[in-house]
Amino acid sequence: MELWIACAIGGLVFCGVYLILRARTFPVALGLTLLSYAINIFLFSMGRLKTGQPAVIGTSASYTDPVPQALVLTAIVIGFAMTAFLLILSLRAYVILGTDHVDGSEKNKQEAP
Amino acid sequence: MLVALLLLPFFCALLVLFLANRPRRLIVTLSSVAPVLGLLLLGSKAPEILGGEVICAQQAWLPSLGLNLNFCLDGLSFLFSLLILGIGLLVIIYARYYLAEQERVAKFFASLLLFMGAMLGVVLSSNLLLMLMFWELTSLSSFLLIGFWSQRAEARAGARMALAVTGGGGLALLAGILLLGNIVGSYELADVIAAKELILAHKLYPITLILVLIGAFTKSAQFPFHFWLPHAMSAPTPVSAYLHSATMVKAGVFLLARLYPALAGTDWWFYLVTFTGLVTLLIGAITALFQHDLKGLLAYSTVSHLGLITMLFGIGSDLAPVAAIFHIINHATFKASLFMAAGIIDHETGTRDMRRINGLWKYMPHTALLAMVASSAMAGVPLLNGFLSKEMFFAETLHQQLLGSFSWLIPALATAAAVFSVAYSLRFIHDVFFNGEPINLPKFPPHEPPRYMKIPVEILVFLCLLVGMLPAYSVSGLLASAAQASLGHAPPEYSLTIWHGLNTPLLMSTAAMLGGILIYLFRRPLYAWYDGLPSLNALDTFKSFLQRSTAQSSQFVARVQAASLQRFIAIVLLSVCAVVLWKLLPMTRLSGDEPLSPVDPLTLIGLAAMVLTALLTVMYHRQRLISLTTLSVVGLVTAMLFARFSAPDLALTQLVVEVVTILLMLLVLNFIPEKSPIESSSLRRLRDFCIALVSGGLVAVLTYAVLTRPFSSIADYYLDNSVSGGGGTNVVNVILVDFRGFDTLGEISVLAITAMAIVALLHGLRLPQRRTDHDGRSWATHSHHLMLKILARLLLPLALLVSVFIFLRGHNEPGGGFIAGLVTAVALLLLQVSSGQAWVERRLKFNYRVMASAGVLLAGFTGLASWFFGKPYLTSAHGSVTIPWLGEMELASAMVFDLGVYLTVVGGTLLILSSLGRLGHYVKLPEGK
Amino acid sequence: MSHLIVVPFILPLLIGALLSWVKDEHISLQRNISLAASLALLVVALLLLSMAEQGGVQVYSMGNWHAPFGIVLVLDRLSALLLATTAMLALWVNFYAVAGDDQRGRNFHALFQFQLAGINGAFLTGDLFNLFVCFEILLIASYTLLLHGLGAERLRSAVHYVILNLVGSSLFLLGAGLFYGVAGTLNMADLARFVAQAQGDEQYLLQAAGWVLLLVFGLKAAFLPLHFWLPRAYASATAPVAALFAIMTKVGLYAILRMTTLVFGGQTGAAAGFGLDVLFVIALLTMMLGAIGAFAAGTLHSMLAYLVLVSVGTLLAGISMGSEAALTASLYYLLHSTWGIAGLFLLADLIAKQRGKLKGILRTGAPLLTPARLGALFFVGAVATAGLPPFSGFVGKLSLLQAAQGIQQGFLWVTVLLASLVVLLALSRAGSVLFWQHTGAIDEHARFSTPAFVSAVALIGSGVLLVIFAEPVLAFCQASAQQLLQPELYLQQLTGE
Repeated sequence: MELWIACAIGGLVFCGVYLILRARTFPVALGLTLLSYAINIFLFSMGRLKTGQPAVIGTSASYTDPVPQALVLTAIVIGFAMTAFLLILSLRAYVILGTDHVDGSEKNKQEAP
Repeated sequence: MLVALLLLPFFCALLVLFLANRPRRLIVTLSSVAPVLGLLLLGSKAPEILGGEVICAQQAWLPSLGLNLNFCLDGLSFLFSLLILGIGLLVIIYARYYLAEQERVAKFFASLLLFMGAMLGVVLSSNLLLMLMFWELTSLSSFLLIGFWSQRAEARAGARMALAVTGGGGLALLAGILLLGNIVGSYELADVIAAKELILAHKLYPITLILVLIGAFTKSAQFPFHFWLPHAMSAPTPVSAYLHSATMVKAGVFLLARLYPALAGTDWWFYLVTFTGLVTLLIGAITALFQHDLKGLLAYSTVSHLGLITMLFGIGSDLAPVAAIFHIINHATFKASLFMAAGIIDHETGTRDMRRINGLWKYMPHTALLAMVASSAMAGVPLLNGFLSKEMFFAETLHQQLLGSFSWLIPALATAAAVFSVAYSLRFIHDVFFNGEPINLPKFPPHEPPRYMKIPVEILVFLCLLVGMLPAYSVSGLLASAAQASLGHAPPEYSLTIWHGLNTPLLMSTAAMLGGILIYLFRRPLYAWYDGLPSLNALDTFKSFLQRSTAQSSQFVARVQAASLQRFIAIVLLSVCAVVLWKLLPMTRLSGDEPLSPVDPLTLIGLAAMVLTALLTVMYHRQRLISLTTLSVVGLVTAMLFARFSAPDLALTQLVVEVVTILLMLLVLNFIPEKSPIESSSLRRLRDFCIALVSGGLVAVLTYAVLTRPFSSIADYYLDNSVSGGGGTNVVNVILVDFRGFDTLGEISVLAITAMAIVALLHGLRLPQRRTDHDGRSWATHSHHLMLKILARLLLPLALLVSVFIFLRGHNEPGGGFIAGLVTAVALLLLQVSSGQAWVERRLKFNYRVMASAGVLLAGFTGLASWFFGKPYLTSAHGSVTIPWLGEMELASAMVFDLGVYLTVVGGTLLILSSLGRLGHYVKLPEGK
Repeated sequence: MSHLIVVPFILPLLIGALLSWVKDEHISLQRNISLAASLALLVVALLLLSMAEQGGVQVYSMGNWHAPFGIVLVLDRLSALLLATTAMLALWVNFYAVAGDDQRGRNFHALFQFQLAGINGAFLTGDLFNLFVCFEILLIASYTLLLHGLGAERLRSAVHYVILNLVGSSLFLLGAGLFYGVAGTLNMADLARFVAQAQGDEQYLLQAAGWVLLLVFGLKAAFLPLHFWLPRAYASATAPVAALFAIMTKVGLYAILRMTTLVFGGQTGAAAGFGLDVLFVIALLTMMLGAIGAFAAGTLHSMLAYLVLVSVGTLLAGISMGSEAALTASLYYLLHSTWGIAGLFLLADLIAKQRGKLKGILRTGAPLLTPARLGALFFVGAVATAGLPPFSGFVGKLSLLQAAQGIQQGFLWVTVLLASLVVLLALSRAGSVLFWQHTGAIDEHARFSTPAFVSAVALIGSGVLLVIFAEPVLAFCQASAQQLLQPELYLQQLTGE
């Protein structure tokens, strides 16, 4: 299973990174969200993958590692806050600068590759 | 005593600044206090010093850096202090009449005193680092003084050039001194001199020497650094007289004199110093003749005389430094007086152009006489001090045998230089005071300056004569002690008499005299020839160099810093990939030995679906709505994944956060373009593809590498102590609110801050609500769907109930403040979506902002409570402590903390979304429709 | 165990939460609370400094859960020093802000306090993930503060700053996750213990994680090639914000210092393979680029922003050399550069306000209304920043130059001295344009408020005090450096408590 999880995470990172490298704020926001999914799963899996052993005392003989779960939970909420801020920021930028280009101007539309 | 001597000028400078807008007389008196008292102090010590004693004052300051406040007053520093204070005093008197009424006198005298103090520091410090500090301070004060007439462009540029050259030289000197310190192990002058052999033998000696010499040569305007001095002449003349002829430019040669016993005596020293001096001597002398500007002439002659002194330090013999020091004295006296005379002339005629100033003898005979005597001294006419030191100089040039069969070249060239110096001195006299009538002077007719402007000149000229006629009775003692201090041992026998009999030096002088007169007679063709030369003005070169380099560096910076976020991110990601690869490559095996857990098809399908939808998101990222939908699927699957791998809390949280996030994105999408244009070139897209591929690959590799390795973590501790220590069976929640409650506190603060930040960000933002979607289809008019409305209103209490339930059980079952809060938030949002924000706000009068910060405060203060039980912050208490008749219900103070979390989550989330939703309310009536 | 240790985090945090209750209409109330809090913070910081002075490392276990299981705050000389630096800076910046800049946007004071909470938390925490949380606090606050006063240029730079840092946060989680996945712990001291005995491939994985984090911190510290965001952000921020940000890069450097001295500290062979030399090269390049940027800068503000880069390079050089002397030098330089640059940013604002439309643009403009005072202040600040005697910059630079050894010596000396020269040229240009070269009429209404000027004086004046009291300061820095180089003390928190 680990192999596939790793691949899946890699896949998500791939998608996220590609989107982050786009020139408009919205795709970038999408990309960051994807990336945070990937990273959350990664962080979560660092406690190793166990099925059917939730860390609730008394539910099973052995338990999965609860620490990464707590970390990810924190990460999710913080991630949400950051995404929200970025979205609003991009909105404000779009309204004031008249473009949603990440550089805040349409000028360098044609970057030299 | 030394400290007092040193501090006086600085103190007076501060005082002067303090009394800036008092009458000029007061300021000048104050300024002259420093040198007067200083001279008295010096005088009191004169007997000891001339007797060969050395007075020192030591005070440790930064021993760890070898930087100590150690000062010594020996013959050499005594001589220089005398020059600094004496001429300083004269210059102050002179300047009082020189400066015009409206000039900012206080600033001028303050800077002058600052310089005086710094220069004293240079000559008195016996710690090289300390000396360097004062050294740079002289550069800085000279910068201020040259730029005093800041309205003049050439003054500004001249000041900056001087600072660039001397300041830069100072940095080189710093490096040199540091090297010396490394070699010797101490920065104390005495130790350095004591370690001569060590230094000369050291492999770093050449570079050390060169660095030190760069420092000295830049300061003393030696070739090829001489160019700054003539342009420093845009300073007020008192400054030129003081800094740029008598004292500051002597700092370089002073350094040579100081380090002579430590660094001299090698071929390196000889060749570098002698030839730099020689070249400077010649260039200066020749160029001086062709200057039409009075001060320009004097400046170049200063350059050439400094060259002469430097050269003397280069020549190996023991007598040479004596001659050098002697010439330092003489040059200081006659050149200072000449500058002052030039200043008087400038002051009285309004110009310094010698092609216009002629025949002033008629108008100001007194000044003329003084100037003529002084410039004869400069020319080396017998019975004047210049003559004596020049004779000694000639003698030394004859004694050296350093160029083997070509040694005669040096005296020859020296004579040649002397010829020119005679010529320009002659020009100074003849052109200015005779040579017909003045040509349309700005001020006509010129007359004698005020009495006090001449007194300083008179004093100096008198000294020239005194030394020139009775050397043995005037300077010999001073010279001897200075020379001894510089050499480190008693100087050889020498006689300071005017007549040494008919010898080669005398012949050389005579030749120089005749040659000089001859050249002056044939000056016109020479001028013509000189004008034919390509003129290069150092200042313009400097300016254009600065402009060019500024332009170039701006281009460079613009290229490096081009504001393209995409490039920045690419670089960041690439550097991360680089370091990871760099660290992973040496690994022997990527995968560890742990057995893999069995693959189960369901999960596999889930993963596949996740990646697939993610890819779809990428493919459709231009149709933002579509990509958003696919993205939400990814989030959904993620939640399921968490659930699959025994993380119910995570699954729940992910699920609800997902909903809120998507809702938020939808809201934003309502106001921004719905499609992204195609703008990246194929090549760039390829590049991004590769970066993404590498990043993804590496993360996958890392994950796999870690997951297949044995693992033991701190988890067991939590599992064991969750119930006993945290009073809850849901370990994740206990960790969140208890074990690692501090994280949670920080995290809810982040949420609260974000909410506040977003409100601040949206403040005053007005957006027209769209009546149609991006393709022009109009939105449904009945904005709030009836079914949904009813459903939502029914749902709300239910949802609240659920959230309370989730909250309460959170400590023991999956759930807790987060999830509860988010559920509540979602329920309220649903209500808003269905029944409209206004409707909700009319009924539920929450102030979300208050709620959010209240949550943080609640959580924060819960933590504080534990202080009263002498426990650290955030220590939780649990069990049936509080209310007995609820004893069977396990209560934990952590739950209060969790309540804070709940409040913050509800408040924060709703604050964010409602403030965004509210945007739509500011409707200008739909434009054009 | 003294509760004082936790105060630098929770005091600003709670005050911030409180302030966000107070409506902006009651600005004077906000100001009073905020100033009082900053003052209290300074007092606490100084008390902590004296606590650290007594030596030893003090640990505060959050929730009474001892390390490595609970989150611990650790107070050693270094963290105490940085807390004090921050508190001092904050007080004066706050003092400057109440002169009026705090009203150019909303919730300035609340955000200001939150920012402080984040920074102090980062300096104190001994837990890797908690460091992440603190970073997020200070980041979200800094995002908003950067936007304080809005305007197109600020929005542009903010978009860059935010997105880059969001990527950075993800990377942080990646690194932290790696550490946990391999070492199974988050407490830095515990990590250090694990790293010390990790072998072979495991060691490489850990180092990979370490370097990922190092780059994340580098993004905050803004060294090459992760510095892009800095010049625009600092140049566009309002004066008090830019001044406060003077400490932001130091947070990154601080984290790097912990990484290199503690987690991959000298007590193991691990440090050998960790690759500090790479950092050294980066440092020199950063220094050079900063100097060139300052030389080329078209406005005073961007010149100062690039000077921040120079100081980052200088500090990183010291950190990467790693010897006791080098660390001592960098700590001293840290004090000097933080306060000095911050003061210059405030001063730049005062100057700009007297130049009408031109503001900070380095072109001939109207003469200043109060050239004498501003000029003198600028002179001191410039001399100190250029590292010329007799001010703090010189002492810092001198001690750094002396600390260099062997092959590094040559490179460091050449770079530092060249950089100084270039910076000197740049600053002399700025000075001569601003104070010497003018046309047109004075703007008679451009008087600055005294508190604003005072805070600028105080911060730049530190350059003088740091020289007068160089001996004790250097001594403290050296003691801190010694403490850093023997992490055993720090590691005791695991056994101790």
